[in-house]
Amino acid sequence: MKKLLTLTVAGLMAAGPAMAELVFPSLSYRTGPYAAGGIPFADGYADYFTLLNERDGGIGGVMTRVPECETAYNTERGVECYEATRGEGALVYQPLSTGITYQLIPRVTADGIPLHTMGYGRTSAANGEVFEWVFNYPANYWDGASVIINYLLEQNEGSLEGQKIALLYHNSAYGREPIRTLEILAEEHGFELVQLAVDHPGQEQGNQWLTIRRERPDYVVMWGWGVMNQVAVQEAANIRYPMDQFIGNWWAGAEHDVMPAGADADGYLSLNMNVLGDLPVFDEIQQYVHDAGLAAGDGSNLGSVLYTRGMYAAMLAAEAARTAQEIHGVDQIDASMMRDGMEALEITEERMEELGMPGVGPAFEVTCANHGGPGMGRIQQWNAADQEWVTLTDFIAPDDSVTQPLIEEDSMAFAEESGIEPRDCAM
Amino acid sequence: MFYREAGDFKTTYAADNQTFPIAFDRWRYWAVLFVAVFVIPLVINDYWANALLIPFLIYAIAAIGLNILTGYCGQVSLGTGGFMAVGAYATYKLMTAFVWMDMVTITLLSGLITAGVGVLFGLPSLRIKGFYLAVATLAAQFFLVWIFNRVPWFYNYSASGQINAPERMMFGVPVTGPNAEVWVKYLFALGFVILLSWVARNLTRGSVGRQWMAIRDMDIAAEIIGVNPLKAKLTAFAVSSFFVGVSGALLFSIFLGAVEVGEAFGISKSFLVLFMVIIGGLGSIFGSFAGAAFMVLLPVVLKIVGVDMFGWPTDIVQHLQFVIVGGLIVFFLIVEPHGLAQLWRLAKEKLRLWPFPH
Repeated sequence: MKKLLTLTVAGLMAAGPAMAELVFPSLSYRTGPYAAGGIPFADGYADYFTLLNERDGGIGGVMTRVPECETAYNTERGVECYEATRGEGALVYQPLSTGITYQLIPRVTADGIPLHTMGYGRTSAANGEVFEWVFNYPANYWDGASVIINYLLEQNEGSLEGQKIALLYHNSAYGREPIRTLEILAEEHGFELVQLAVDHPGQEQGNQWLTIRRERPDYVVMWGWGVMNQVAVQEAANIRYPMDQFIGNWWAGAEHDVMPAGADADGYLSLNMNVLGDLPVFDEIQQYVHDAGLAAGDGSNLGSVLYTRGMYAAMLAAEAARTAQEIHGVDQIDASMMRDGMEALEITEERMEELGMPGVGPAFEVTCANHGGPGMGRIQQWNAADQEWVTLTDFIAPDDSVTQPLIEEDSMAFAEESGIEPRDCAM
Repeated sequence: MFYREAGDFKTTYAADNQTFPIAFDRWRYWAVLFVAVFVIPLVINDYWANALLIPFLIYAIAAIGLNILTGYCGQVSLGTGGFMAVGAYATYKLMTAFVWMDMVTITLLSGLITAGVGVLFGLPSLRIKGFYLAVATLAAQFFLVWIFNRVPWFYNYSASGQINAPERMMFGVPVTGPNAEVWVKYLFALGFVILLSWVARNLTRGSVGRQWMAIRDMDIAAEIIGVNPLKAKLTAFAVSSFFVGVSGALLFSIFLGAVEVGEAFGISKSFLVLFMVIIGGLGSIFGSFAGAAFMVLLPVVLKIVGVDMFGWPTDIVQHLQFVIVGGLIVFFLIVEPHGLAQLWRLAKEKLRLWPFPH
């Protein structure tokens, strides 16, 4: 076995990257309790790059490659996958896991490979002066929490005074992210925040929902992922909690989260950072990728919420690669050029329409100091009868006066702890 | 013909009692040490170290610890993950509270702290045995994970609840943190492995080890002939938790760097170390190494063979891993309940006669 292993590795190392290609490793999880979310995201991510290869011949004429590595949402596997794919000329990492992100942040900083944690990960990475190699555009968790509160303020004529909001969160770094922001917003707007932690993987929430039944909060905000979402919606239906007062964040608002509860889930709200519905690019993916038999996975996820998000993440990476190619004037870019491309990225409405996905996300631009984008999100509602999500609002902006100082504080604490000298972005 | 004790005359009691009486074994031991200390750090690369060697060394220490408790002393323990968490959090608190302290002292102190916690959770072993003790240690596992999540003092009130290992230097080179070179981390872990397995080997060969084995085999008879069960069981828990605590400390400080307790030290970690000990062989130091190597190597080999060589989809390979690991455990328990160590012992026995047929 050992000999086979040595021969295999020797063979792989000898083969080496002989031809020009752009490598976008996909640290996916198609197994484990979070697979329901991981599978469509990974499918969307891989399909978009396949589309670029088939339809356009790659990015700037260079073919793309998406090696997949299974992490099962486990941090140790994530590190192993990172180490395994790093040497293949990886341009950007998108681990889709806050836990793995925290592991990778110091490693990518030392190794010089950009990390894009779109709408998850360490929120304070929005401060580009401290986190040179980490990006989390177009939105992050603190912005998401603020957007939810802004939406609730709108619903309550501008005042949440005296109301009670329960935060049901996954007991991990991911779930704890919005707590500080919500505490500050609670003080500012006068509502009471009740925090209920749900341990990994999130299948046992009986106690938490009994507490909700007893406390009768006016709203329940959920920061869940994977199987926790489905169980939460089912439990909420069991205690007859009004679904239109139950808001999940953008990782708790996919079709598979609400379908198990059937008609009882009607009215459940959630955030989304993308648009819904049929985009012209889906037809192209159907034509060039699925019909040609090159679909990642079984091809059934086309058009779903998380598939769209995975495709959006791939689009952002591809556009950043294109920008990098333009800036540096070469087609075969490397990781540091990719970082420059990401920092100069500008997504406009026209460009999104050109790509066949009009309005899929907000229009934004990334700068040296702001790696986090505008932080906007929309609220969507589940219609159980038609089995589809309905967008309720346009992009709502977060309250920067609350989130900015927090980002500043947390990133400076990280810089001090890790001995990083913040760079000066005076441009 | 080369594996004989014939012609190797011992002239002192010390030589007669040594742990490797056959000359070939002695040479083999020194050769392995030489390769491990001088050759591997020169040829190591990041992937091999991070995916295979460093986890192997760290889990070997944990497996030795659990083997002392379960294999030598017969106290079934499912709390390994929780005790590793104690080691990790002790390291974190010591690193952040005493910035001047070097990593060796910190790791040993974390081991001592874990030994104390282990003795505390080992007290039920004085009253209950076997399956019931396993459940009591399971409670320890869940309790420790819960307390590290719940009490913010343990993670220094950080917003994310994660603990991060800051950078520490030893002899001018960084040992922890992202800038630490892989060969430095490897040698650091190797140093602890050599030291701790030397301690373990000699403890288990001495009177303390014999007391443990007496308790394991028939604890009432052992008590009658004068083995103090309280001392024996609690020292087993203490020494075992020391090893497991050092392993947890190393897992946090040099391997992972950032840890979320529920995920890194959950019940699956306890089962993983237990499987290493079962497959490797209960009551054997070599078995701990063999089991650790097996469980660390298997997922990586399966991934390389399944995904890279055969091109199968990643989720199928992952699911296959569960099937294969489970199947192998059942296979070992039926065919060779004494594990890989027994196969090793048999091989050595046969070698002593080879090439003669009987």
